Amino acid sequence: MSLAPQSISTSMISSSSSAFLSPSNLNFNSRRQNAWVQAKRISVCKCVAAPQEEKIAYKTKVSRNGNLGKLQAGYLFPEIARRKAAHMLKYPDAEVISLGIGDTTEPIPEVITSALAKRSYALSTQEGYSGYGAEQGEKPLRAAIASTFYKDLGIEEGDIFVSDGAKCDISRLQIVFGSNVTMAVQDPSYPAYVDSSVIMGQTGEFQKDAEKYGKIEYMRCTAENGFFPDLSTVARTDIIFFCSPNNPTGAAATREQLTRLVQFAKDNGSIIVYDSAYALYISDDNPRSIFEIPGAKEVIPELIIYLFCCSCTRLMFFLLSFVAIETSSFSKYAGFTGVRLGWTVIPKELLFSDGFPVAKDFNRIVCTCFNGASNISQAGGLACLSPEGFKAVHEVIGFYKENTDIIVETFNSLGFKVYGGKNAPYVWVQFPGRSSWDVFSEILKKTHVVTTPGSGFGPGGEGFIRVSAFGHRGNVLEACKRFKHLYK
Amino acid sequence: MVQPSLTVRKEGVGRCTKVHRNFNLEKLRNGYLFTEIARRELQHLEKYPNAKVISLGIGDTTQPIPDNISMSMANYARALATAEGYRGYGAEQGNKELRKAIAETHYKDVLVKESEVFVSDGSQCDIARLLLVLGSNVTVAAQDPSFPAYIDSSVIVGQAGDLEDEVGKYCNIEYLECGPGNNFFPDLKGTSRTDIIFFCSPNNPTGHAATQNQLEQLVEFARNNGSIIIFDSAYAAYVTDGCPRSIYEIPGAREVAIEISSFSKFSGFTGVRLGWTVVPEELLFSSGFPVINDFNRIICTCFNGASNIAQAGGLACLSSEGLEAVHSVVDYYKENTKILIDTLASLGIKVYGGINAPYVWAHFPGRKSWDVFAEILEKTHITTVPGSGFGPGGEEYIRISGFGHRESILEASRRLEALF
Repeated sequence: MSLAPQSISTSMISSSSSAFLSPSNLNFNSRRQNAWVQAKRISVCKCVAAPQEEKIAYKTKVSRNGNLGKLQAGYLFPEIARRKAAHMLKYPDAEVISLGIGDTTEPIPEVITSALAKRSYALSTQEGYSGYGAEQGEKPLRAAIASTFYKDLGIEEGDIFVSDGAKCDISRLQIVFGSNVTMAVQDPSYPAYVDSSVIMGQTGEFQKDAEKYGKIEYMRCTAENGFFPDLSTVARTDIIFFCSPNNPTGAAATREQLTRLVQFAKDNGSIIVYDSAYALYISDDNPRSIFEIPGAKEVIPELIIYLFCCSCTRLMFFLLSFVAIETSSFSKYAGFTGVRLGWTVIPKELLFSDGFPVAKDFNRIVCTCFNGASNISQAGGLACLSPEGFKAVHEVIGFYKENTDIIVETFNSLGFKVYGGKNAPYVWVQFPGRSSWDVFSEILKKTHVVTTPGSGFGPGGEGFIRVSAFGHRGNVLEACKRFKHLYK
Repeated sequence: MVQPSLTVRKEGVGRCTKVHRNFNLEKLRNGYLFTEIARRELQHLEKYPNAKVISLGIGDTTQPIPDNISMSMANYARALATAEGYRGYGAEQGNKELRKAIAETHYKDVLVKESEVFVSDGSQCDIARLLLVLGSNVTVAAQDPSFPAYIDSSVIVGQAGDLEDEVGKYCNIEYLECGPGNNFFPDLKGTSRTDIIFFCSPNNPTGHAATQNQLEQLVEFARNNGSIIIFDSAYAAYVTDGCPRSIYEIPGAREVAIEISSFSKFSGFTGVRLGWTVVPEELLFSSGFPVINDFNRIICTCFNGASNIAQAGGLACLSSEGLEAVHSVVDYYKENTKILIDTLASLGIKVYGGINAPYVWAHFPGRKSWDVFAEILEKTHITTVPGSGFGPGGEEYIRISGFGHRESILEASRRLEALF
């Protein structure tokens, strides 16, 4: 059976064997154009500094940032990439299939790429050239995001901040919050929340026995609690990171669960940072946005009168969810993992304890520490949200969801306890009593399939493997065949 | 739009969370400088809807990107719709070929390795990421005047201490005064040690390019103090008179300096978003830990790489055809700047800069720069930038940028001649 081109090329890390790596790297002529398209991305985070040899090396007198010293290892996904690369070096003929890093594989629909190309061309014309854009994003795109995802939810164009992706936004939000806030995360969760918190200085040291950082509230999400934390056991924190549909477990919180979460946040005066990057993968009628959740039942009489006096629809939602920020991304919707585009929603009504609007501080960070998402990417984003583009985006999502079904069915048929996969492109497979890094290694060694060990997402991930459903159909089918062979 | 919540807060029925505002952000007194300039320009447009406002304020490029570069980006974008051409996540450090091209084009004679080049979405973003790496416990020096992002980001990260209102300076920042009196290079003998020294050359806003000798003094100063220089070379392409274009032209700089740069003013990529940072492997913290390792960790955790389309464009800029094309656009802006220098000089106004940078630094002795800014805007409908926006050392100066269509520059010159 022949594998799709992608896996063959990425298995050939050694440049000598690859016809795709252009020999013309040093040649700055027009061939470079072809060279670029054919050259393969090396998906390895290069080990950048060899250990210093014993010599009198000049050292500055600048102390290293203690927060970075707290980080235990490299970021999870470069580590996965490193292990994959090491494996490919060891088995140069193996056809490695990547179901590890959640990297999209299917081409971007043409209606969208032609918008990207059109904007690129336009930049070489007088009428079409644009320099600095608004740091918050181009108005039509902000408006399209608001109307596509937040229609009738009381969110307006002015609440939307376009970015170069959710991962970057998470760090910018952390910069806004500063080092003196406490935070809670789901356990397991997307590693950027915890890692950025450590970097910002919000946490204590790593506690090896518990495998947790001090001062972070880890909200256990397990099969037993339906992957929703028991809030009665969760201490108050300033910030609560919540991802739904969840990376890595695939669990989508129900309306009822999110209502409890919002109430919890209200009672504690906390801010929820809600990551909805996978919302379009939802198959059932679970909420796609935190802003679908109505606020506290308690109503202030004077406020009701005030509301009736104003015809602005926005005010009708005043009582609703002004405890949340929402962050999302075009990465897993439109295959924009390399193009880089996302957004964050901060309602103007969201206030710090002194009444200062959070959106104002975020805006200041966006204007000072950022300079807007690429204008070309934004043109692509707008095309994604056109009727034709949005339809095409849904088709690609549908493709990945079919992949997910195949993987779910495979592990089910092998007798594994399988979670997720219904509302997200991730399958969360349980390997009770086993170390997830051991299972990861075993699967890699014996089937040449890269997955992600659950403990990389937090101690609550131990005993699980995350299998991502991004891949060419042929590769997904082949991987499942290999799983069946290994675990029959 | 903020009205409802303000009204509600006034009436005492507002609902705040219990999350304290980051007190570092409270220390920022005003909005970011260029946001404020944009706001004032808009206000002016509302007041005079028929005025033809000429923007020589924010240093925003205006000339189209050369064809071969935009075509590379268009082709790359179109290829994303094909199985062979589709790319997902790129390496966070940047595309290998682009890193190599940057090393070979910009650092040809100075031994910067491809692995030390980190491609980014621009210098403003890199400055913040560098400060995240360094953390809140380092001390910072910056030129006065200087690009506001250095000090603002430093305040945000918690390095700057409180603002002393009377002098307009943050108490933990060392301000390196640069003016005509000291040939726009600080008197280092009188300068206290800080961990980090921001140094921009050619300089925004003064336009001064530090000489080889001056930079040797700076590197020596850093070495003696065990400090790290963050050298901003975003305007290196504008150097005319042989001043160094990279800090690494100075011997010993590899062990004390990080260099940041950008395609913005070099290739008109202000909206496309592309830049880079060089962190030499020899640059070590006091413990011996390589700075590059920590920078890499931040890049992998707080960033996800520059847009692949922008990187394709960057690579095209660095082809021989691309370099030729972007240099003619740079020359165009340099000619603009010359026109402005000549105009102001002919009016008897003392001007600095403009030779190695697309900025003219005009002196208005005894006058407050925001007043001069307002007067110029009101009477000639030209936006400039008041020098004090770049630090107290900028008071009495106006920065005029050389970015614009030739006709706008000529028209602006005519209006300035009429006013002064």
